[in-house]
Amino acid sequence: MTQPASPARPVTEKSPPADGDKSPWRSLAARADVRTLSLLGVLAALVVIGGVTEPDAFLDTDNLQLILTQASVIGVVTVGMTFVIISGGIDLSVGAIVALASVWATTVATQDYGFAGILFTAVVVGLGCGLVNGLLIAYGGMVPFIATLAMLASGRGLALEITDGKTQMVTVDGVLKLGERDSYILGIPPLVMVFAAVTVVGWLLLNRTTFGRRSVAVGGNAEAARLAGIDVRRQRLYLYLLSGLCCGIAAFLLIILSGSGQNTNGNLYELDAIAAAIIGGTLLSGGRGTITGSVLGVLIFTTITNIFALNNLETAVQQIAKGAIIVAAVLVQRRTATT
Amino acid sequence: MAPEPPLLTMSGITKSFPGVRALDGVDLHVQAGEVHCLLGQNGAGKSTLIKVLAGAHQPDDGTIVWRGDQVTLRSPIAAMRLGIATIYQELDLVEGLSVAENVYLGHEPTSAGFVVRGRDARASTAALLKRLGHSEIDPGRLVGDLSAAQQQIVSMARALSHEVRLIVMDEPSAALDPDEVDNLFRIVGDLTAAGVAVVYISHRLEEIRRIGDRVTVLKDGRAVAVGLPAKETPTREVIALMTGRNVEYVFPERPESPGNGAVAARPEPVLSVQGLARDGEFAPLDLELRPGEIVGLAGLVGSGRSEILETIFGARKPTSGQVRVDGRVLRPGSVRAAVRAGLGLAPEERKAQALLMLESVTRNVSVSSMSRFSYGGWLDRAKELRAARDATRELSLRPDNPSVPVRTLSGGNQQKAVLARWLLRGCRVLLLDEPTRGVDVGARAELYTVIRRLADEGLAVLLVSSEVPEVLGLADRVLVLREGHVVHTAPAHDLDEHRVLDLVLASGQHGPTHPEGPHSPATTEGSPAS
Repeated sequence: MTQPASPARPVTEKSPPADGDKSPWRSLAARADVRTLSLLGVLAALVVIGGVTEPDAFLDTDNLQLILTQASVIGVVTVGMTFVIISGGIDLSVGAIVALASVWATTVATQDYGFAGILFTAVVVGLGCGLVNGLLIAYGGMVPFIATLAMLASGRGLALEITDGKTQMVTVDGVLKLGERDSYILGIPPLVMVFAAVTVVGWLLLNRTTFGRRSVAVGGNAEAARLAGIDVRRQRLYLYLLSGLCCGIAAFLLIILSGSGQNTNGNLYELDAIAAAIIGGTLLSGGRGTITGSVLGVLIFTTITNIFALNNLETAVQQIAKGAIIVAAVLVQRRTATT
Repeated sequence: MAPEPPLLTMSGITKSFPGVRALDGVDLHVQAGEVHCLLGQNGAGKSTLIKVLAGAHQPDDGTIVWRGDQVTLRSPIAAMRLGIATIYQELDLVEGLSVAENVYLGHEPTSAGFVVRGRDARASTAALLKRLGHSEIDPGRLVGDLSAAQQQIVSMARALSHEVRLIVMDEPSAALDPDEVDNLFRIVGDLTAAGVAVVYISHRLEEIRRIGDRVTVLKDGRAVAVGLPAKETPTREVIALMTGRNVEYVFPERPESPGNGAVAARPEPVLSVQGLARDGEFAPLDLELRPGEIVGLAGLVGSGRSEILETIFGARKPTSGQVRVDGRVLRPGSVRAAVRAGLGLAPEERKAQALLMLESVTRNVSVSSMSRFSYGGWLDRAKELRAARDATRELSLRPDNPSVPVRTLSGGNQQKAVLARWLLRGCRVLLLDEPTRGVDVGARAELYTVIRRLADEGLAVLLVSSEVPEVLGLADRVLVLREGHVVHTAPAHDLDEHRVLDLVLASGQHGPTHPEGPHSPATTEGSPAS
């Protein structure tokens, strides 16, 4: 073995660029990053599978509208969750907040105030729960997992207390109308438009504002963020407020969708939202994540559920498939991250 | 020197991490039955070297010969099987398990291959603890309930539960009081008498005198001295090896009559520290910094250097005293107040305390001044990029592309990214904690030039370094610290390396040695923020 004369070791060859090809596809790929493209690929594959297995039912306009509508509620929750996870936190209470906001906003007393009363109450209840979470975590020094777990438990309990387990029907016409076909604009349900708006605002907030930067900085290295002069605690408070706000909006969407408020609403939303964010490429340890990825994650899950339902497969199989997708997505991401 | 073949010969060990070469061709020779001391500053490569020896890191290059055979230590278990045990500084015990369970973790005595014979484990643990002089520790107790010193003993018992020929102890005395240190030395003596070799890492030179046989000194990932006699080598020589220059650095010229011309022109100090103290860390400190001035804090590890910087910056809350910038008192313990007033800190642990490793250089640079590129929270990213580019060009940061991830930069350029952050912020007092830690030797001179130029442009710089020549070469004025006290203040050109080493090592001649519990000094007027 002869050593080179220079003590410096030769640089180990690391996957040399395949070629100097600068085709538009490559530059697009570079811009959109591999992760987003692969999620889009999965979604496209699902649409093909749906179209092949149930050509009539799946590609029907009604069905596509249904998929998007179903994705809207959990999608709005996932946008908030994505911010929280990017900042290195977790919010287990989203499902409970959705339930609590939806029942509080549909009590007889609230419905007396009509449309505005319902919307206002849902949003304020969401913000209130987020405020409690945020204060406990940012200023009370509680671990996010514990604080939001406690909120999950008490939120569900309070929701049950309010409804006494009964379904609260919505009687306000303005709210009910939003769920009807007449309100669709160019074939797009209002719920889906709200989801789209939340997505766009979330994307801008994350990528174009100081708020987004601070969230990423806090999640990437909280100590460095603190020593750079960022108010880490206040930022954490804002993030849980944001998640609560998203839950309030989602609760309002759910009220429109179901025409009622129930204490069992939002069951396991926390898991669906976390799963969607994770397969969308958000690091559970914080510091990295995208709104686009999370929304694609939501669409993928909703589409799978729809295809399985159309093919009359059991819920059990759906859930197994979801689990497999989470594992596959994370494994693929680990591979792409190390290369 | 004993003619017998060495127990362990490590030669040419090289290990790189992204951005820094932690070990660069290090040799270590250990004889059976000796206490071999490993010395070096933080970041000199000691931890990396012992992790290589423990099988926790794989070297990029170099060979390890163990009892005459070349070996590869693929894992900690492989090292343990050979008889190499390591007691890390951060104790690696499971607090929720008992003493005996910890001692035999991973090699529990079992029946039929899997049923743990708890009684046997407890009995042999008791025997080990007795041998270590701590029979009062009950093998059945939870480790989490023990004191730090007792946990240390448990760690040692675990090492001895294997068939060991070499024990590595990483700063074992750090958590011990003097009685316990005596016991530790007795144990070390027993071990070496039985032919076991001990690699002993400590910052305390007097300990090395007491028990050491030979000394290897690491600096900047290289062994600057191998196998010096521990008892005969003068202390000053050892320290000089640890803190001295091994390359003739070129320091930038100081402005004429440092501290005089500038002071006459601008007599007002930008930073003034009055009676600032933290119990158990440093005694009341008075300090004034004028624009254009570089003040150095010299002292050994543990003298309170970093703590002083972090307290001035508000990252630690002072027990007493105050910090003023331009005469205005800063809210104590508030980093945000300090940053707003114009302080900037380049901390010692760049990766852990300063950088957002997943992010680009631009975002690392702009993070403290985002309000300058935003309107109501809305970022003007083009403006941000331009500003970051200007700031990094100003410091000749390489590569000249602020969009690259900061983790791909070399140590020196990562440091420049931190400096650029504060430049962009318009910072007026720069607090530098070990600015050349992890920076390649060749890149240091450039960093020195940058720091001096920033001072010439009107910044006030407070510099902490464990390298005495660095402080003397760069600073205008030097404060020498020992055990949290300023023992001497002088213009840098009135001091030389020997004088500073005398001051940091002296016991008793120069100023107080026994911190009489630093408390609020008379200078604290407790005046509220003006």
